[in-house]
Amino acid sequence: MRFWKFMATTAVGVVVGLGAAQAETTLTIATVNNPDMVVMQKYSAEYEAEKGVKLNWLVLDENTLRQRVTTDIATNGGQFDIITIGAYETPIWGKAGWLVPFDDLPADYDAEDMLPTVRDALSYEGKLYSVPFYAESAMTFYRKDLFEKAGLTMPDQPTWQQIADFAAKLDDKDNDIHGICVRGLPGWGENLALVGLMANVFGGVQFDMDWHSAVNSDNWKEAVQFYVDLANNYGPPGVVGNGFNENLALMSEGKCAMWNDATVAAGFLFDPKRSKVADKLGLAQMPIEKWNKGGAWLWAWALGVPSSSQQVDEAKAFIEWATSKGYIDMIGEKEGWVTIPPGTRKSTYENQNYLDAAPFAKPTLAAIENASLVDNTMEPKPYAGINFPLIPEMQAINNYLGQQVAAALTGKMSVSDALDDAAANADRVLQKAGYYK
Amino acid sequence: MSATKKKRQKLLRAIVGWLVALIMFFPVFWMALAAFKTEQDAAALPPLLFFHPTLENFAEMSERVGYLRHAWNSISVSFISTIFALLLAAPAAYVMAFHGTNRTRAVMLWMLSIRFMPAVGVLIPIYLILVSVRLLDTTFALTVIIGLSNLPLVVWMLYSYFKEVPSEILEAARMDGARPLTQLRYLLVPLTAPGIASTALLSIILAWNESFWAINITATDAGTLALAIASFANSEGLFWAKLSAASLASVAPILIFGWIMQRQLVRGLTFGAVK
Repeated sequence: MRFWKFMATTAVGVVVGLGAAQAETTLTIATVNNPDMVVMQKYSAEYEAEKGVKLNWLVLDENTLRQRVTTDIATNGGQFDIITIGAYETPIWGKAGWLVPFDDLPADYDAEDMLPTVRDALSYEGKLYSVPFYAESAMTFYRKDLFEKAGLTMPDQPTWQQIADFAAKLDDKDNDIHGICVRGLPGWGENLALVGLMANVFGGVQFDMDWHSAVNSDNWKEAVQFYVDLANNYGPPGVVGNGFNENLALMSEGKCAMWNDATVAAGFLFDPKRSKVADKLGLAQMPIEKWNKGGAWLWAWALGVPSSSQQVDEAKAFIEWATSKGYIDMIGEKEGWVTIPPGTRKSTYENQNYLDAAPFAKPTLAAIENASLVDNTMEPKPYAGINFPLIPEMQAINNYLGQQVAAALTGKMSVSDALDDAAANADRVLQKAGYYK
Repeated sequence: MSATKKKRQKLLRAIVGWLVALIMFFPVFWMALAAFKTEQDAAALPPLLFFHPTLENFAEMSERVGYLRHAWNSISVSFISTIFALLLAAPAAYVMAFHGTNRTRAVMLWMLSIRFMPAVGVLIPIYLILVSVRLLDTTFALTVIIGLSNLPLVVWMLYSYFKEVPSEILEAARMDGARPLTQLRYLLVPLTAPGIASTALLSIILAWNESFWAINITATDAGTLALAIASFANSEGLFWAKLSAASLASVAPILIFGWIMQRQLVRGLTFGAVK
């Protein structure tokens, strides 16, 4: 009896609780726990006090969040008022009608200040579906001290062949310094993020104009063979287990002579508290090879409002605050200029405080400005996207491809067999999805 | 000759026992160690055994997620779901143990087979139901779902404990006019108390560690410790130390509880074996 009484009380309590929650404005935010988001959570208390709204935070890791938010949006659950989504989901979800478009940003928000490539990446058919919180591209990090000692000079725009030559000369396994650190962990957001870029500059496309997989083309095979040789000859042992985080740790411990990865890594690597190589780092653009575009990705973490939210206006108001010039200035003054959310506004890169504090600001801007989602491969392609195609089937296709590339890396399969297998899988997936019969 | 042989065997057994125990304990030990490291120390290669311990991970954890709120949700969900499952399972196990038909076995197997189904297979239907009855992100929904998903196991365990009780005892009670509920309450439950206790303990531990439903149907109100842990993994930057601290703080209560109750658990699990 007591049990049922308890259950009944709980149920009543829940209903009453729901009623009470609706009395004041409560916004539920689902977000990743990347450092910039943690800072946003910290300073949002000021927004709560100022506007009299209450913010509830659900913080999850990237993959769990993606799954959680997708379930809620696809079932019209209405659990979230604000969601953190990336440059991959925004156009696809915008097209599906799952997001509220931002077509009425106020004049003082200065939407024209947004970097055009980032804005395009978060739009579908010209409508903005999420607002960038921070954006990143990729670049080459290298150890100036090791280059000097070996009498080498890193060009501003290296080629992969040059990178491999440098790696051969700088690889010093006796002193625990590896010629290059690369991503080997399988996954569309891990090894394939890099391999996709390499394939572009080696002249490859992931799908031909009829949507047939082209990862078993000669150019792709050449790129993946180059990647496998580079990683196995000059990379650290166990490279297949290394993703972004592992490489970040290796680089900041001083164990890599070079690393090609996300521009956000610069914020850590140039911070002497977190990195042993803060005063020894040099920066260059991502390498090119046969082709000079598509060598660096564009990624943005953005804030959007699901169409199932009951409080669209309040949610938009918070997003406008968190992505405004005023917010960036506040973080710069209170947390230090080097930690502001980068890559979203032109005005950020005109701010002398930021340019003085962040030696990586200009190369980051150049990388982001050059990263176009459409015009980036040697041969024509039917999809938008740089290192992965912006189609709903991408995760299934590229996770499998990532596994095969990892199998080639560890020598379980030849590069050629691995890519033939991955191409057949991609064709099967797209056939099932109705791209062709 | 045989004495030394026996001694040697004993020694071998002790060594193997210690080895297995150490292998099983090592991940927990390493997690506890990492919880007191800085992020750089936790990621260091080769791994560090000696370091300057710090409490900063715990400080950050309590600052970023409300530990007490999540812990309270974990406690209430695991205990209430267990009571719920026991209340449903006891009558079912009683009927199947003492008034079985030739379909009992099939029913038991069918109940168990439900547990074979991956939870993700019913995620969308259950999510849709919760959306329409407005019970998303409530401990009520989480309690019911976890209680029901542990139900088959609880029924099976209670069934096997009840089976150990000679039916003559119940017959004697029936002669005295005891009705089924009276038999259950005054005979079966006291007779199989250790078994029921270990069943409850196992159900509590399973519910405590349940993460799939906690992550997928709760958000900011009803989240358990499993959800709090999930918020510390990160794709941009180091997180091993913070994640270890969160995990340590999450397993600590159930570990202590299990340690206190271990005598019950062992007694219950071997209950009947010596008869």
